[in-house]
Amino acid sequence: MRDARPSVTVTFDGEEYDAFAGESVMDAARRLGVPIPSLCYLEGLSLYGGCRVCVVQIAEDHRLRPACATTVAQDMEIKTDTPLLRAHRKAIIEMLFAEGNHVCAVCVSNGKCELQDMAVATGMDHVRFDYQAPQREVDASHPKYVFDPNRCILCTRCVRVCDEIEGAHVWDVAFRGADAELVAELGKPWGESTSCTWCGKCVAVCPTGAMAYQGKAVGEMQHHANVVIRLATARTKGQWLDPEEVG
Amino acid sequence: MSETTPQKARVATVWLGGCSGCHMSFLDMDEWLFDLAEVADVVYSPIADVKDFPKDVDVTLIEGAIANEDNRELALQVRENSKLVVSFGDCAVTGNVTALRNPMGDPSEILARVYVESPDLNGIVPSEAGIVPPLLPKVLPVHQLIQVDVYLPGCPPPADRIQEALEGILNDDLPRDRGEAIRFG
Repeated sequence: MRDARPSVTVTFDGEEYDAFAGESVMDAARRLGVPIPSLCYLEGLSLYGGCRVCVVQIAEDHRLRPACATTVAQDMEIKTDTPLLRAHRKAIIEMLFAEGNHVCAVCVSNGKCELQDMAVATGMDHVRFDYQAPQREVDASHPKYVFDPNRCILCTRCVRVCDEIEGAHVWDVAFRGADAELVAELGKPWGESTSCTWCGKCVAVCPTGAMAYQGKAVGEMQHHANVVIRLATARTKGQWLDPEEVG
Repeated sequence: MSETTPQKARVATVWLGGCSGCHMSFLDMDEWLFDLAEVADVVYSPIADVKDFPKDVDVTLIEGAIANEDNRELALQVRENSKLVVSFGDCAVTGNVTALRNPMGDPSEILARVYVESPDLNGIVPSEAGIVPPLLPKVLPVHQLIQVDVYLPGCPPPADRIQEALEGILNDDLPRDRGEAIRFG
């Protein structure tokens, strides 16, 4: 069945494509197979636009735009891979590594981590910034899951999935700037939360090792962020996608 | 008619604040080490009995982070006497496991916890001037103390990755755009 939405013509790095009017640059790129790196973006959840890894350039405009939060327009010339974009993306990943305590070698998600993958993708072979080495307590109070804020990049995927898909709204980001942190039920230990349904969607969508199952050792934690695509599609279109296809 | 023997490269490896796993991985290059020995002399290494870091070294691989005064001193000597310095493994590149103490702050508290509060016997912090090097307040990646020319991440970097980097370095073709070869962990 053909999609009846009106289309607009855009170019990605000089190649012409048909995009749907009203969709985001990110959604068009994903559908058309144009790679744009991202971290906080997750299909099926609302937009956050916080990580800025998905920045693109539009024609000669000097401002960089987040692909996830920019709507396509007729004749839009989108550049996804320029020296400037590569430099910014790499700097963002370096800052994320410097901000928390990301020690791949001892992490449950080692080898299965979107932040680690993004470091490879952006060519980060070292971090130019001073490591902040913040002191952060691990919350292992939940019988089934662990939250390690040292590995949290505040992408808010967990906050969004819990609120929008599960409808429990256990998670929020408290405080500001360098003090910002993820809190369960306005600051309780996760295990004492009465609204948590133990559904595990926050764990499934976490891009790093910040959310994990209890008892996982180094490299054992496999996340399943794409579960959200199935749930969101089931909800909006009333159909279950084949898990194999979604990945 | 005489052919001039090409001069062998002078290679060194040093072991700072790390577990020696990177050196184990170095040894995992197995028979390629014979090929390396054809073109390079190892002039200083924890697996060679050389007391002082020599002069005029072509390339030095530094394993480990800068964690104590001895590490600091040796790293400065390495820089002064090496044409090319390689941060060899995650501890050298990021601080990694060695830097896990950084969020806990003052090292004296950590030493007290480890040597005084936890054990049942001999509750004293080891100290011997000139023998036990004092810990630095904060563990540093190597590039925060000295200039680093090549980064070789990995915990440890797999042997083939070390070989690839060394082959490049010895052929004056520094590794760039290395894809998976820069994966941490």
